Parts: sequence; C-alpha cells; structure tokens
Amino acid sequence: MSKHTITDVDLHAYVDGRLAEKRRAEVADYLAAQPQAAERVNAYIAQNRALRDLFNPVIDEPVPERLRVLVSPPPVADRPARAHLSRWSLERVAAGIMIAVISGVGGWAAHGKYQPAQQMARMPTLPRQAAIAHVVYSPDVRRPVEVGAEQEDQLVAWLSKRLGTPVHPPKLGALGYELIGGRLLPGNSGPVAQFMYHDATGQRLTLYVSTENTSNHDTAFRFAQEGPVNVFYWIDGQFGYALSAGIDKAELGRVANAVYEQLEHK
Amino acid sequence: MESSAILAVVPHLRRYARAMLADRAAADDLVQDTLERAWSRFSQWQSGSDMRAWMFGIMHNLRIDQLRRPALVTRAIEEEDFEMPTRPTQTDRLEVRDIATALQQLPKEQREVLLLVALEDMPYAEIATTLGIPVGTVMSRLSRGREKLRLIMEGQSPSTKLRVVR
Repeated sequence: MSKHTITDVDLHAYVDGRLAEKRRAEVADYLAAQPQAAERVNAYIAQNRALRDLFNPVIDEPVPERLRVLVSPPPVADRPARAHLSRWSLERVAAGIMIAVISGVGGWAAHGKYQPAQQMARMPTLPRQAAIAHVVYSPDVRRPVEVGAEQEDQLVAWLSKRLGTPVHPPKLGALGYELIGGRLLPGNSGPVAQFMYHDATGQRLTLYVSTENTSNHDTAFRFAQEGPVNVFYWIDGQFGYALSAGIDKAELGRVANAVYEQLEHK
Repeated sequence: MESSAILAVVPHLRRYARAMLADRAAADDLVQDTLERAWSRFSQWQSGSDMRAWMFGIMHNLRIDQLRRPALVTRAIEEEDFEMPTRPTQTDRLEVRDIATALQQLPKEQREVLLLVALEDMPYAEIATTLGIPVGTVMSRLSRGREKLRLIMEGQSPSTKLRVVR
C-alpha cells in the first residue's frame, strides 16, 4: 500500500491505536493536510472516550449475587440429580396416571397420602390459584392477555421486573402450542405471572409462575384436577409452576415435561 | 483455573450488556443466561484459548436467539442508499447530545461492533471471530456506526429508521 493511500480502515485503526509507528505517522501527516478527515477522526476518538467514561463504572460495580454464584462450576452432583429427578418425575407421572385409570379418584387420594404432610399443607394453593386464573382468563376472546406475544421482549422484561427475577415463557411450538402472551396476577403475597398458549384448534393452555415459594423443598410433578381444568404443578427453588388446560392428562403431562425441561436447561 | 478466568470476564460482560441493552436488569439477565449457557457448553471451550472471546461469542449468539422470532420480515435500508452529498459544518452548530441515547439509535449490528472496539478494545480480527462475520464486515459496521453516531450527536441525522417490507 502506497504511503499516500490512506484508507478508511487506516483511519479507524488510527482512532483505536492499532497502527504500527510508521503507518501511524503517515496517517497523522495525512490528517494534518485533510481537515475534514481530521474532524471525523477526532469525533471518533471522542466517541471512544465518551463511551468508556459512560460505561466503565459498571466494571467496578459489585457483581450481583445471582451472577456470582454462576462463576463457579455447578455442583457436580447437581446436574445428574436434576436429570434423574426429571426422569423419575416422568415415571411417577406415568405411574400416577396408571393408578388413576385403574382406581379412579381413589388412586390419586392414595397417591397423595405418600406425600410428606408439610408439603401437602402448603401445596393446594398453587394448583387451585392457577386453575382459577386459567378459567378466568383463558375463555376471554378479545383480551386473554395483557401483553401479546408480538411484544415478547417487553412482556419478559416487564414480568421479570415485577416478579423481581427473570421469567421467560418456554417455547412450546414443537408441541403445537404458540404463545399468545401473558399477564400479571396477584398471588398470595405479591405478583405472579401467567403465560397463555394456544394450539391450532384454539385450545388454550396457561402456565402460572409464582416466585412465592419460601421453603427449600423442590417437588416432582404433581397433578390436580379443579373442575374441568387439569393442572400439573411443581416447585423448583423459589418458583412454583402450574400448567393448566382443559385437555387430557397424558397430553398435558407431555407439555408439562417439555416446560420443565426448558426451565431446567435454559 | 476457569472460574477465575470467568470471574475476570463477568464485569466486562456486564458493561457490554448494559451498553447494548440500556437496561440494567435486562443486561444482567443476559449475563446470567450467558453464564448458564457457558457452563452447559463448557466442554466446548478449548483450554488455553481466550475466555473473553468465547464468552462474548456465547452472549452474541444468545441475543440472536432471543431476537429471532416469527415476525414480518423487514430489512434495514442501508444507509448508503440515503447518504447526502453534504458535509456537516459543526463550527456553527455545536450541539451536545446524550451519547447514551444516541448509541441506542444505532442499528444493533453497528452498536455491537462499536462497543467491542470502544469498551473492550478488542482487535478487529477477534471481533470478527466472536461475531462470526468477516473482518471486512466488522470494518464497514464500525465505519457506519461511528459516522452515524457522529451525525446523531451533531443533530444531523433523522432518528427515524426506515424499513421496507421484503
């Protein structure tokens, strides 16, 4: 490259201090003779400085706890245990369905007896609340959601902000359910979120996400029936999830498993 | 030790995400997603390679995934199509604009490159690798981004972005 041919790339490399000494001097000579180019280059240098001044303070901010915990590798026992929980849950769901089919409601009552009493005491509110929210909002033709899926970014940002923790609607397109949108609802002590989906036939399904769980017990899938609404629900850390729809248990279980997988391995 | 390498990168990811998204919570969400994905793919990291470039690449891909959703397909009109053969005369108009606001008016592809250059001081070739684009594209995005930012800061550029339906 001739020393007289100063390209746009040279000017940017000059701005960013990426030129060797000799080339740098050549560009400096060029700029001395080209006021318009010099003006641009000075503006670009000022941009770099302004951006650093504006955002460098972030570097010195303390890293939030939720990020700090992710700096270390996840506990070795954690992942296999969760995967196992997932498979175990499925088997359990399958077993539950068998029992229900064979013995009707009695099967589920018996199934329930094997849950620790403490969990039973706090559990019923989640599926019940979710089912009520489902029957209230899912029949609404014109305003089923507050924020539609076409504004998913805003929906996610808004609900995450209100719940104080990131919440994302799982993608259920592979199972034939598309996101309609979501809304904020009152829970027991604060806001909870509801995401609504529908399939090609218009069948609606809602995912109720609560962050109100304060106990440390995760649970496997549970099933509840509230009138015409079937609900699969589970607890994961602070989160309580409940998937509700007026569809049959096996189909809903399939969707619930997909939701669970996505939330676990996001 | 990879944990200390990651720990060193996290503040950089946060700074970049904050500048990209202009929203503190959304930025930290993105960093969190990036860390989670990084651990889930940790076997793909080549020990000894640049942790920063790898993590920034993951963050970039995550953003692409998040932005990719069914919508009316639009194409940003290239700025060259509308470039006016006039030169700004800023001696008579020195208008100080808020650079944070101006930055958000850049197309995200240009913002991305500009921030990796300005904040991370990342070499052009490394940016190309991180974003999965040719170096020539890095340079043209940098060039357009800087010029557009300059014009916005001087109050010369229309802030409306024209889009055409393909």
